[in-house]
Amino acid sequence: MSDVAMKLTPLARQEYEYEIHVPATIGDAARPLALAERLWNAAGVRRAVILVLLACLWETYARIGNNPLLFPTFTDTVAALWQGIASGVIPQRLGVTLRMLAMGYGIGLLLAGVFVTLAVSTRIGADLLSTLTAMFNPLPAIAMLPLALLWFGLGQPAIVFTIVNSVLWAVALNTQAGCLAVSPTLRMAGQTFGLKGFRYVVKILMPAAFPAILSGLKIGWAFAWRTLIAAELVFGVSSGRGGLGWFIFENRNLLDTASVFAGLLTVMAVGLFVEGLIFRTIEIRTIRRWGMQQA
Amino acid sequence: MPLPREAAGGAMPQLSTAPQAPLLRARGVTLQYKTPDQLITATYRVSFDIYPAERFVILGPSGCGKSTVLKAIAGFLHPVEGEILLKNHPVAEPGPDRMMVFQEFDQLLPWKTVRQNVMLPMLENGIARAEAEGRARHVITKVNLNDFVDAYPHMLSGGMKQRCAIARAMAMQPDMLLMDEPYASLDALTRRRMQDELLQLWDDIRFTLVFVTHSIEEAVIIGSRILVLSARPGQVRAELNSPGFAHGERAGPAFQALVQRIHAMLFGDDQAKP
Repeated sequence: MSDVAMKLTPLARQEYEYEIHVPATIGDAARPLALAERLWNAAGVRRAVILVLLACLWETYARIGNNPLLFPTFTDTVAALWQGIASGVIPQRLGVTLRMLAMGYGIGLLLAGVFVTLAVSTRIGADLLSTLTAMFNPLPAIAMLPLALLWFGLGQPAIVFTIVNSVLWAVALNTQAGCLAVSPTLRMAGQTFGLKGFRYVVKILMPAAFPAILSGLKIGWAFAWRTLIAAELVFGVSSGRGGLGWFIFENRNLLDTASVFAGLLTVMAVGLFVEGLIFRTIEIRTIRRWGMQQA
Repeated sequence: MPLPREAAGGAMPQLSTAPQAPLLRARGVTLQYKTPDQLITATYRVSFDIYPAERFVILGPSGCGKSTVLKAIAGFLHPVEGEILLKNHPVAEPGPDRMMVFQEFDQLLPWKTVRQNVMLPMLENGIARAEAEGRARHVITKVNLNDFVDAYPHMLSGGMKQRCAIARAMAMQPDMLLMDEPYASLDALTRRRMQDELLQLWDDIRFTLVFVTHSIEEAVIIGSRILVLSARPGQVRAELNSPGFAHGERAGPAFQALVQRIHAMLFGDDQAKP
């Protein structure tokens, strides 16, 4: 670098100025894609294709294996599912399950609301919630079932207690984290509007923390749904009215494997419906639209 | 658009037709705040008066406590010594009579459109919906956001977000508009345009503006009265008048002289420090 002669100097170059063409003389600035390409760009279409392929694979494997007791064919499973729905058994069992879920989820949310209100308004409340979530969050809710059975006896109250446990801590933890993460600027802006106390929480804090709250609701739902089916599989029946888990367990005892598969499919379908449709719609209508979450 | 010269001297009561009382008085204000491991004295015995319709700029080097002074006026923190009186009453807490525009772009509520953002403070403070809608339409036009009334903040550029925040504050018709380095995060071209727009808006409405900046040029352009603070802990170094420079005069000798004078004050302070 010390050699001056080695330093590059920029070339002396001519200056240019051009006229800008009117778009019409260049051709289309934007052109729609071909129909096939647009279809393939839709995630729904691609996933539907994968589902069809999986169904074909299943059917082929089951036919080659030819053992309906261990692995029924896809068509048999669909037939069993249809029969279960037509006879009203699956809807009735699903109803029992969903009623318990709604009860547990609702109570869980209510309690989470109480804990978070305490946590955002007082320091000791925040410490209480942190300690409790640290203790209970790593504990699989289903592990509380034996204790719940001891306290509430066989049946619905024990299962609802277990669901509450699975929802409460996930939702409370996320909501609290979301409230803490609200930017100081937004908080101060809310205060300059003269908002205080409950109105401040409802108008500023909760909407600002909504992405975290929604993800808490999703995690809570996922925990609750898995816990519920698992709990029903073990002790799901009270006075002859079991839920979906019990439906699966019952049919396994009857060696009606196609119906077991049908039950599993129903569990999956409900999960997909809630996660893929309900929560997704809420997401698109709220945080996606507000630019608080990227697609 | 040249600015009226006589308004620039509003701090001097003898220039006005009627003697004016200060809108806000700060008397020997010492401000302290805590970080997790330090107690920081931001300003030491700062005193100043702000009169109605003034464009009062608080200028100082980074970390001189100028933003802290503004937060104290807004009511977010209280002096450990001295007092801040708004219309002869001590400032107790934040309120809609002192609307604030922040430096950060995230001061808008992301879940509300431009119009809803502008209307929320009015609706929350008991202004009827029809009246609020009228005022919102008026200020949104004033800040040139007419084409974006139903856009959400994430669709706006930085400059538009600041305009919306200014509109939201103006719509409340506050006693004073507090601005905390509102243009610091903007690019130079946008910043210049926003400064001119703010002056134009002031010329139309004649509100009382308290503006914090670390840029000497910005202080001289925006301010009618400039409070120069020393480095931390901030103390009053000077209080100057700025005659109000129109666009063409900003390269002129008078402008440069005032900038140089303030520069020497701040620079001299720095050299005096060990």
